[in-house]
Amino acid sequence: MSRGFMQRLVALTRKEFRQLLRDSSNLAIGIVLPIVLILIFGYGLSLDVKNAPVAIVLEDGSPTAFEAVAGLRLSPVFSPVMLGSMHDAEALMRERKVDAIVRVPASFARDLGMGTARIQLLVHGSEANRATIILNYATAALGRKAGPGPGIAVEQRMWFNAANTSTWYLVPGLIVLIMTLVGAFLTALVMAREWERGTLEALFVTPVRPAEILLAKIIPYFCVGMCGLILCLLAARFLFHVPMQGSLLILLFSSMLYLFVAVGMGLLISSVTRNQFIASQVALLTSFMPSLMLSGFLFDLRNVPVVVRVVGNVLPATHFMELVKTLFLAGNVWPLILRNCAILAAYAVVLLGLARFVTRKKLD
Amino acid sequence: MNTLMMLIRRIANLCRKEFLAVLKDPKSRAILIVPALVQSMLFGYAATYELNRVPYAVLDYSHSAAAMRFTARLEADGIFRRVANARNEQEARDLIDTQKALLILHFPPDFERSLYSGQPAPLQLILDGRNSNTAGSAAAHVNAVAMNYNREWRAQTGAPEPRLQIASRAWYNPNLETRWNLMPGLIAALSMLQTLLLTALSVAREREHGTFDQLLVTPMTPAEIMVGKALPPVCIGLLQSTIILLVTRFWFGVPLAGSVLHIYAGLTLFTVACVGIGLSISALSANMQQAMLYTFVLVMPMMLLSGLTTPVRNMPELLQLLTMANPLRFAIDMVQRIYLEGVGLGTVWPNLIPLLIIAALTLPLAAWLFRHRLV
Repeated sequence: MSRGFMQRLVALTRKEFRQLLRDSSNLAIGIVLPIVLILIFGYGLSLDVKNAPVAIVLEDGSPTAFEAVAGLRLSPVFSPVMLGSMHDAEALMRERKVDAIVRVPASFARDLGMGTARIQLLVHGSEANRATIILNYATAALGRKAGPGPGIAVEQRMWFNAANTSTWYLVPGLIVLIMTLVGAFLTALVMAREWERGTLEALFVTPVRPAEILLAKIIPYFCVGMCGLILCLLAARFLFHVPMQGSLLILLFSSMLYLFVAVGMGLLISSVTRNQFIASQVALLTSFMPSLMLSGFLFDLRNVPVVVRVVGNVLPATHFMELVKTLFLAGNVWPLILRNCAILAAYAVVLLGLARFVTRKKLD
Repeated sequence: MNTLMMLIRRIANLCRKEFLAVLKDPKSRAILIVPALVQSMLFGYAATYELNRVPYAVLDYSHSAAAMRFTARLEADGIFRRVANARNEQEARDLIDTQKALLILHFPPDFERSLYSGQPAPLQLILDGRNSNTAGSAAAHVNAVAMNYNREWRAQTGAPEPRLQIASRAWYNPNLETRWNLMPGLIAALSMLQTLLLTALSVAREREHGTFDQLLVTPMTPAEIMVGKALPPVCIGLLQSTIILLVTRFWFGVPLAGSVLHIYAGLTLFTVACVGIGLSISALSANMQQAMLYTFVLVMPMMLLSGLTTPVRNMPELLQLLTMANPLRFAIDMVQRIYLEGVGLGTVWPNLIPLLIIAALTLPLAAWLFRHRLV
């Protein structure tokens, strides 16, 4: 590399860093947002049900009936309320004060003796996933009374997530969201601004080459992204105690790869749109929303129709998501690591190459 | 009367200019309509916690007819798809590690013998917990199949039935489909995203280009500027909501239990509140970049703490309190309840109060900030 190249690159990079640090809103998105998101993800987002209010209507006052619902009262999943009549329970359910109603009919103890006892279980279905979980737990808690008869007895073991908590897979997923945000969104804005204001044209008359302009843009945002990554890793390890089964080095390496992909996406968006309004909307629609909804972060891609799965697999975020979750929870699964790293590397090369191709020293 | 006409004309002129600023460019026209359509379709299909084509593998040490009957039963409804028969523990482990299978059914050697001797026959279920939610649903499904299997097996062999039966039913969403609660939520959430960004940019753009100072020296009062700036985004937001509402009702066929009028009344108030927030951000920021970044810092927590993807009721108390400041949380709750449960505004009115407060605070604040921004 010639001396001129290094000199120009250092000068440009210094300018970019100054620009980045001068505006407090950049730091807000680079440092404050990751911290806020870590706290929200770790403490707020959860698919696990705890202390769900459940109305228990005991129309049969016998000890047998009381014993039948004991499982519910002991479970940490539920916080039951005892009610006298079905009418009151339905009113509470309509107001969403309770998530479910368990009704033990008046003839319960007598029917149980005859082997035809029934318990009615109603759930509020408007939050489907929560309702399903409540339904499953309640059925299990009530069914315990029936005892282990002859037949198949299923014993289940959850691998990679012994605590069975959604925090363990949501926090690693957060890394993907933050890197996408810093890489694609922030970069797209900054570059689009230069296009819109014409400062890029001013740069074109200097001896700097397009590749140098791009490199100087990449370096500072790469650093901000790495800061976000380190914050996430520290929080995952020490705040939420997510186990780190795989190698930290591979995680760092693949994160860098993904950061290149994200930055490349941002540069490409801005160079194509050359307008802050459109660039921000495109970045929002192609980076943040899909990595939240389509990357397998919350919704398992194995459950969706083929078309949506194909769209999900086109997103680089999906591959990074798989990689991060595996490294955190399962360990170094080499076939998976190699495949996903190769895909990410290919994306990085293509996106950065395209960005370089679109950014030419040419005036409109 | 004349002054009123003048007032309306001034505001109408500003509205017209605002509409032109957004809609004259075909690219920005497209970006306000197409994504709402594409996203609502895509997310409507993607956002599902239900099981569908679960890949599983079998590790069968019993080589028994009973095990085969059980797996045939499991595959009968098409949800579970067998991807492999593992020969040993190592193969089973690899299948889970590489995510080829979500779960392994492990039949021990004495499976059939225990079953026929009237003992509980243990069947081990190994689940990939990288997504503990899907794994949990899959486990519940296998359990349900086992219960059915047992019932039939008991009927055939004359073994005693369990004495207790549980009859369950879900209100408002009989098949417990995630889509049913997600789509009404998207009506509010997707339009909020773009409306906020659009509004946040409107004043910031003029500030950056220096035309805002010119606007301030016209006879228009800050309040009039505020109204003129607020009306176009409200219309665009409602248009986007309409697109998503149509997709929800007619493409996905989620039955609409409540009144469209009530939904729109609530959505209008919500959009006004959002536009108020957007305008305040816009008035606070010095340039477009700041406006966008501040919007983003606000929007991400708003989306995540709204109950759209994970229920508010699963959150700890402190965060549930924090969601009280989030207009989206109330809008989603309101739209979901009107849409699915068929209640009216008379029932969901508590959701409207925070929206009213937010609108009543942010809109005057924005108008005041137009002149008094501290730089």
